[in-house]
Amino acid sequence: MMRIAVCVKQVPARSEGMMDPATGTIRREGLAAVINSYDLPAIETALRVKQRVATEVDVFTMGPTKAVAVVREALGMGVDRGYLLSDPRFSGADVFATAYALVQGMRTVGAYDLLVCGKQTTDGGTSQVGGTIAQMLGVPHVGRVTKLVDADRRGVTIVQELERELLTLRVGFPCVVSVEPGIFTPRLPSLKSKLAAAKRQVTILSLQDLGDADPTHYGVKGSPTRVEKVYPAALTPRRDLSAMDAETAADLILGQVRRLTRPGGAR
Amino acid sequence: MTPPQPRPAPAALHGPDGRDEWKRGWKHILVYLECRDGAVHPASLQVLRKARELAREAGFAVHGIAIGEDRELLRALLAPYPLERVYLCQTKERHFLAQAHSEPFIRCVWRLRPSVVLLAATPVGKAIAPRLAAAFGSGLTADCTDLEMRDNTDLVQVRPAYGGDVMARIVTTRSRPQFATARPDVMPSQAAVADPGVEFVLEESDASPETAVTLLKTEPRRETHDITRSEILVVAGKGLRRLEDLELLRELAELLGSELAGTRGIVERGWLPADRQIGLSGKSVTPELLIACGVSGSVQFLEGVRQARIIIAIDSDPDARILAVAHYPILGDLYKIVPALIARLK
Repeated sequence: MMRIAVCVKQVPARSEGMMDPATGTIRREGLAAVINSYDLPAIETALRVKQRVATEVDVFTMGPTKAVAVVREALGMGVDRGYLLSDPRFSGADVFATAYALVQGMRTVGAYDLLVCGKQTTDGGTSQVGGTIAQMLGVPHVGRVTKLVDADRRGVTIVQELERELLTLRVGFPCVVSVEPGIFTPRLPSLKSKLAAAKRQVTILSLQDLGDADPTHYGVKGSPTRVEKVYPAALTPRRDLSAMDAETAADLILGQVRRLTRPGGAR
Repeated sequence: MTPPQPRPAPAALHGPDGRDEWKRGWKHILVYLECRDGAVHPASLQVLRKARELAREAGFAVHGIAIGEDRELLRALLAPYPLERVYLCQTKERHFLAQAHSEPFIRCVWRLRPSVVLLAATPVGKAIAPRLAAAFGSGLTADCTDLEMRDNTDLVQVRPAYGGDVMARIVTTRSRPQFATARPDVMPSQAAVADPGVEFVLEESDASPETAVTLLKTEPRRETHDITRSEILVVAGKGLRRLEDLELLRELAELLGSELAGTRGIVERGWLPADRQIGLSGKSVTPELLIACGVSGSVQFLEGVRQARIIIAIDSDPDARILAVAHYPILGDLYKIVPALIARLK
């Protein structure tokens, strides 16, 4: 039986305004949490492969206990099994420690032919987890995938979008792919599947459950990078502006447009 | 997939916090020089210039690495730049395949033992960098907008974070090499120099690693609308309340013969496709005139418009950051101003 894994993340619903300038820390409490929007097309891609090949799709996430919500959301879409890596010692992980934890989590379950990741997260936004996991597993990683052309038991045919060209690639299993948001429109779970998902069992994996249970390999301790400081970006002095009425504003803008289109107006 | 290898942790690679002597065993800066279509990628030249500044601080040399099918071409392209040594690695494929490019890079890094490895955060750079960092169990910071060198050779990696008005300073203090990718079009570029005296080293190529990736077809990427080539841009921000309101800005963009772009918030709402996104995780644009409507101007967004010649910003929030930095800030109601402008253009 072919097996696909998808890695997802729960992120704050709003990413702006999280910094408390008084204390220099990030406020996370009290913010609604949602599934990283870039992960939905990844789940959808896995489910589309499942439509073509007999396979099971498992979802993995690392987070606090409340992150079970994103696992259930994935189950509601049609994912077969869900795994939540949750342990205080996993927290504060950078890309490397996150990838390592996910790899160890997947390893407790078995061998996967395909791992699908989203393009990035809305809070970290590095796009580096997929490639890191692939290197740890010694398998190919293809990012910026905009199209799934074909899938069978041996591999997938995809289109990768680089800066100036589109590459159609055949990638044999096992492999990791990271998909762009436009690849598929993610399906909305039906009410029925959402209700069913609420009753499904989600496996919670803590440090003890992993093959490598050395706490120094995870979380803050296992992260080679460290955020030394976060601070508000240089506060540009606020200008004292008075409200401008629509007619004056429209004239101003029109003036700038005319200057541009006047001969010699452009750079 | 086969079970993962244990974390690579040879003693020389890592060291405890607070002890710096072992870091002296890792010297110099290695820069990835991406070459495409017969030219050095401009973003690689930006990284090179920053690398030279950093190297001066630490008393390091700057070396380069380039990977491709035609090493004579690479040599010709790179000869005019101030680098001490450039390692030329051969691949069989003309097109980019991440694993095939990473393998020779990793071998080169093992031999050279650089303190810092820098790449531009292009699609190619961001595909290679995580593989490199993972191979060494070392730190990688993506999309840096600035880099600083400390006395103890720790590299401070600066980037906007958390989607908002926050900057983060990130360090890799317990391992080497220190990997970072630098955001394109933020840092100034390295010019060619007279008589740089670059030493070229032809790296031995292993037989290409057994790779399960086969190239079936390539085609040029054709953008029917390219916001990076438009002289005027109308930008939609989250100040737009409903999807229908976007039509107003679309009409304005059409009347101006320009393109419509959006902030990350707009793209995440699904109102515009990702290729119209401006900002750190979108595109950098260089229009003559940019009209931002309801854009608050987060640090992420402003990174993408640094090189716009004139920015006009309409926003109803006096505290919106964009009003502090725009050339022509307009504190007002876009729902009244845009129709008035459209009326004048018609």
